[in-house]
Amino acid sequence: MDKLNISLPGLELKNPIMPASGCFGFGREYSQFYDLSILGSIMIKATTAEQRLGNPVPRVAETSSGMLNAIGLQNPGLEKVLSTELSWLEQFDLPVIANVAGSMMEDYVLVAEKISKAKNVNALELNISCPNVKEGGIAFGTDPLTAKELTAKVKAVSEVPVYVKLSPNVSNISEMALAVEEGGADGLTMINTLVGMRLDHKTGKPVIANGTGGLSGPAIKPVALRMVYEVSQVTDLPIIAMGGISSAWDVIDFISAGASAAAVGTANFVNPFICKEIIEELPAILDELGVDHIHDLKGRSWNVGKVANTRA
Amino acid sequence: MIKVEKMKILQQKEIAGNIFELKLQGPLVNEISMPGQFVHIKVNTANDPLLRRPISISSYDKKQQSMTLIYRASGLGTRELTNQADELDVMGPLGSGFPVETVQGQTAVLIGGGIGVPPLYECSKQLKARGMNVVHVLGFESKETVFYESEFKELGPVYITTADGSYGTKGFVTDAVTAFNINADVFYACGPVPMLGAVEKQFDGIPGYISMEQRMGCGIGACLACVCSVNGPELYKKVCTDGPVFRKGELVYG
Repeated sequence: MDKLNISLPGLELKNPIMPASGCFGFGREYSQFYDLSILGSIMIKATTAEQRLGNPVPRVAETSSGMLNAIGLQNPGLEKVLSTELSWLEQFDLPVIANVAGSMMEDYVLVAEKISKAKNVNALELNISCPNVKEGGIAFGTDPLTAKELTAKVKAVSEVPVYVKLSPNVSNISEMALAVEEGGADGLTMINTLVGMRLDHKTGKPVIANGTGGLSGPAIKPVALRMVYEVSQVTDLPIIAMGGISSAWDVIDFISAGASAAAVGTANFVNPFICKEIIEELPAILDELGVDHIHDLKGRSWNVGKVANTRA
Repeated sequence: MIKVEKMKILQQKEIAGNIFELKLQGPLVNEISMPGQFVHIKVNTANDPLLRRPISISSYDKKQQSMTLIYRASGLGTRELTNQADELDVMGPLGSGFPVETVQGQTAVLIGGGIGVPPLYECSKQLKARGMNVVHVLGFESKETVFYESEFKELGPVYITTADGSYGTKGFVTDAVTAFNINADVFYACGPVPMLGAVEKQFDGIPGYISMEQRMGCGIGACLACVCSVNGPELYKKVCTDGPVFRKGELVYG
């Protein structure tokens, strides 16, 4: 019996495991290590209307159990992503979630409309939470009204369901989730990175050229888990969770917190086989937990804290 | 093909001040295709430090399935690496190294600065094996950090410089090139970025190959962390997969 298949808006997935956007490129590099068709899905690198060259270096800095990055949405631009990357991905039995980014609302709308028509794009991930670009990105993801408006505009043109990627850099993430739900979002992905810094001990200056960067890796897992736990109880939208996932047990935690699927980010950099290994390890863990299907674990953690059942 | 495997640690020892020589064994060595490639090492099994550490391959022996890495213990990751004695999680070989087979001319000069010296050793060995004359200019901070002088001497002349003048010529590698009027048909360089820029200027008239360094994430071209500035419309190239070795003229310095 299939223990891992899941059905989400636009996505019929073999399993709930996928690489997170920005941590897997467009899959080419990792296809050297295993057949990408084993993945539930792939969240491709953020795509903008025009090519982006990204931020100056250094772009990454390590921190305790984590890393800071400020890549700056480097990508070859919409046309090239369509003609080169998405067409290359067609050789795999792999539904694609296309991460869409921009500086202005019109950029998002333009990219969403075109990329949603691609044969293998089954859903969009609206990137309103990138902390590393001057314009756009997080500016749309920290104000509920703006986020709602952008979601609605993208929904109006997209031919596939729209998931909105939430930023943890807000004081009330549930408010953001409800705002994009009102805007018509079909699902949520969460969380993007937490804005952080590292200073050079000798000079006192930031290590990353951008000054600040987005923190990812195991260090942020407790924050992500709490946010999924909270948001999943106030919205009906399905959640694809990410934030420090680096083992099959981490996936179990996020499903227990209320997520429907899980994305693996930074861990791919350390172990290129991590998504494959997690997919292979999950069935035995479900046996150990005595459940037939991974979704039987969804929301196991609920109703133990004060945020439970707060949905009006 | 890139492998990820547990490699056996044959030997690890400090050969100069904070400079460690690490000998590893495993089938991964069969995949090495040229000098100047690197491996990406998980220095322990914990989450801290989280990322792998890129370290260049100093020499390799496919018959023994062994390779030697030389690194400087300077940060959290490399200090942790000095504690390892049994096996290591290694990904590699990675990147595009120093071309030796297509090179024309009779004499190559190999110029290394500090921890940029190691990959030049295998490069020099292979150039020498192909019948080229090899000349080495190796720069270090001080006498305590000089390593592999005798190993390079077995292959060809060696000029050592130290920044503090405690050994060899006082100053930088470029000072020795001038002082000893070193000429060649091709140059190979690896070291700090300012040194690479100065060397490229100094050897303006001949072809050359430059190995770059940058803070790295995945090591395989996916994360776009380790880019360097290049001439041309793309502005950046990836050190991990487009390099680490670039042709003279490709890189934009400082």
